[in-house]
Amino acid sequence: MRLRGWMIALLALFGMARRRRPQRQPRERIVAAGQPDPRAELIAIGLLLLAAAAAVAFVVFYALGFSTQALGGTLAGALALIAAALILAAKRLVVSEQLPGEYPEPEPEQQEALAQIVEESGSRLTRKRLLGLAAGAAGGSLGAALVAPAASLGPLFDTSSLYTTPWRRGRRLIDEAGRPMLAADIETDVFYSAFPEGASKDALGAPLVLVRLDPAALRLPAGREDWAPGGILAFSKICTHAGCAIALYRTPTFAPTQPAPALVCPCHYSTFDPARGAAVTFGPAGRPLPQLPLMVDGAGALRAAGNYSGAVGPGWSGVRSEPPA
Amino acid sequence: MIRGRDPLREPVRFIDERTGAAPLLVKALRYLFPDHWSFLLGEVALYAFVVLVATGIYLALFFEPSLADTVYTGPYAPLQGVPMSEAYRSAVDLSLSVDAGLLMRQTHHWAADVFVAAVVLHLLRIFFTGAYRRPRELTYLIGLAMLFTALLEGYLGYSLVDDLLSGMGLAIGYSVALSLPLIGGNLGLLIWGAPFPGDPQFESRMYITHVLLLPALIGVLLAAHLTLVAARHHTQFPREPEQTNRRLIGVPTFPGQTPRSLGLMAAVAALLFGLGGLVQINPIWLWGPYETGLGTNGAQPDWYLGWLIGGLRLMPGFDVTIGDYTLIPNPFWGGVLFPLVVLVVLVAFPWIERRLTGDRGVHNVLDRPRDAPRRTAFGLGFLTWVGMIFVAGSADRATVFFGLDYEAQIKVYRVAVWVLPALVFLVARRICRELQRAEEIERAREAAEAEARLASR
Repeated sequence: MRLRGWMIALLALFGMARRRRPQRQPRERIVAAGQPDPRAELIAIGLLLLAAAAAVAFVVFYALGFSTQALGGTLAGALALIAAALILAAKRLVVSEQLPGEYPEPEPEQQEALAQIVEESGSRLTRKRLLGLAAGAAGGSLGAALVAPAASLGPLFDTSSLYTTPWRRGRRLIDEAGRPMLAADIETDVFYSAFPEGASKDALGAPLVLVRLDPAALRLPAGREDWAPGGILAFSKICTHAGCAIALYRTPTFAPTQPAPALVCPCHYSTFDPARGAAVTFGPAGRPLPQLPLMVDGAGALRAAGNYSGAVGPGWSGVRSEPPA
Repeated sequence: MIRGRDPLREPVRFIDERTGAAPLLVKALRYLFPDHWSFLLGEVALYAFVVLVATGIYLALFFEPSLADTVYTGPYAPLQGVPMSEAYRSAVDLSLSVDAGLLMRQTHHWAADVFVAAVVLHLLRIFFTGAYRRPRELTYLIGLAMLFTALLEGYLGYSLVDDLLSGMGLAIGYSVALSLPLIGGNLGLLIWGAPFPGDPQFESRMYITHVLLLPALIGVLLAAHLTLVAARHHTQFPREPEQTNRRLIGVPTFPGQTPRSLGLMAAVAALLFGLGGLVQINPIWLWGPYETGLGTNGAQPDWYLGWLIGGLRLMPGFDVTIGDYTLIPNPFWGGVLFPLVVLVVLVAFPWIERRLTGDRGVHNVLDRPRDAPRRTAFGLGFLTWVGMIFVAGSADRATVFFGLDYEAQIKVYRVAVWVLPALVFLVARRICRELQRAEEIERAREAAEAEARLASR
């Protein structure tokens, strides 16, 4: 009797317990289960440890002041080892399943709702176009006002400074080291740079190229008959195409196939004929190099006899017009 | 199981209760990446940009953007006693006197070159597979904006240093600005503050643009680009029959794509630091400081500006003038109009193609290049046009290395840049059509064989 009672009680408890604890379903997986690959895991661990070693080596090399190559090598090595470990993980250690999915579809109802909200929000407005214009005027003007201080960046309307050069009649020519250039020292087939005495070398108008040609070979434009004493010609060194410094002088001893002598810019190979007042013979330049008239003073030094024949440096709209007085 | 002590679920619950981010994160983790190697080109660009920002911040800690005069007194003997700007002095010191400085500077420079290269390759992939079509036109336009911003950003980067090559590049940039019809002179003076080489403040203007304005712009565009990619999902190649314009097949972000993508990031960083450490680039201490009267022969810009050099060099020498008044100086053609044409063609292409083909549909499935013969032929022709102009920019090198006559080369290029693209267009279109036809024949043969097998059974 007692035994039966106990058994019933136990069964009841058991049953209740079973009923109370819900049936434990095997949970549905989101990510598919994959096969372990202990060997790949071991290799990945090895790669990561090597990466750690390379990174430590980088710090040690850095502290010891080792070369750029040692630093770059160790850092790149550490990163490459990590990359290898990650790629191994991608290939062998993570579940990499191709899953189907759907492209997002446009939602016409939402689009309509959006349009409706905007449309219906204007029900109290009667002069929509005028309001829009006024708002546009306010916004545009305010924008312009906020941008206006940018005009302080540079001379906005006055472009006369583009014409300035440091050359004046009587200013002496000096070389890179600051010594006056003597007419007697200027040889043929040699390319000289010259600068204005007592002025900055940096202005675009400052640097000159100086070459000496046989005076009989000169075909300068009309009015420049006395600009080249003894065949010594001075031109602005700055290319009229894109502002680089003329750095090549092609003389007859150079390339026999191409006309010489010629002054050439190394940036885009605009080529100028010094004998004809640096007229353009090839390349993209649209204007000759401006010529500087020269004279020789009593001491034999070269001096400017005036200013350039035209505006110096790269062109802008209006560059050919007369510089402002 | 002890509730509340789970190291995974506890932080997840913490974050979700406070942000409500769980649904979004689940979606992000299960975002599908269709599988193709060419889809990684954009990621390469992204990771190169990460390296650019990281190394750039390091450089900014040492670089002094000032044109104030100083004299070099550091350990590099050839420059000792040479007057130069603080900008150039600090860049040389950063390279030769700061531990790991040269590694960072060279890695930064290499990363810029690789970044633009990856963007261009990514663009080619997008173009030749038709990935720019509806509904991804905005993603494409933002990408183009990033590419052209990156070109300017790179140009400013090497211009900041104030070495000889910087100065020559800036002189050309100044000339190109001046060449804009009517406003060029005003614009050039506004940007430079004074006639070239400009006001000393110009260095500060370049600096803030290079380290803040343009990187921030690229960052914003990048965020918009990636947001739009995710919003419309990746395109896919039709490799399985289930891959349609409505259904895609791909690897989820987590776990599948994550180690791949991080592995690629580490590989890109390894490549860039390896190049930065082992392969010299732009050894600025050899160039010396810039003066307007100095130039060097054989100067070449970074590769991504080579097409502009070619454009400037190929133009015959003329300015557009009205009487004595210059209207359009020559650099306008190669320096402004040419890149503008390239940009406009790229920007307008999706709409031009839509107009010509009448195809206004949604395209989530990519074309193979042969599937669109006219697009492929036009793209290759256009690429040949830009590429030939790029190659023409190195004609002086061919003169130095192979003894070819420079002027003759330019005359050949002036014709070839028009003829060759036309030829490439015709040949490419023919090849695409032949490939299509071969596939048709192959399909017909397979169908016939299958029929024959059925009949013989």
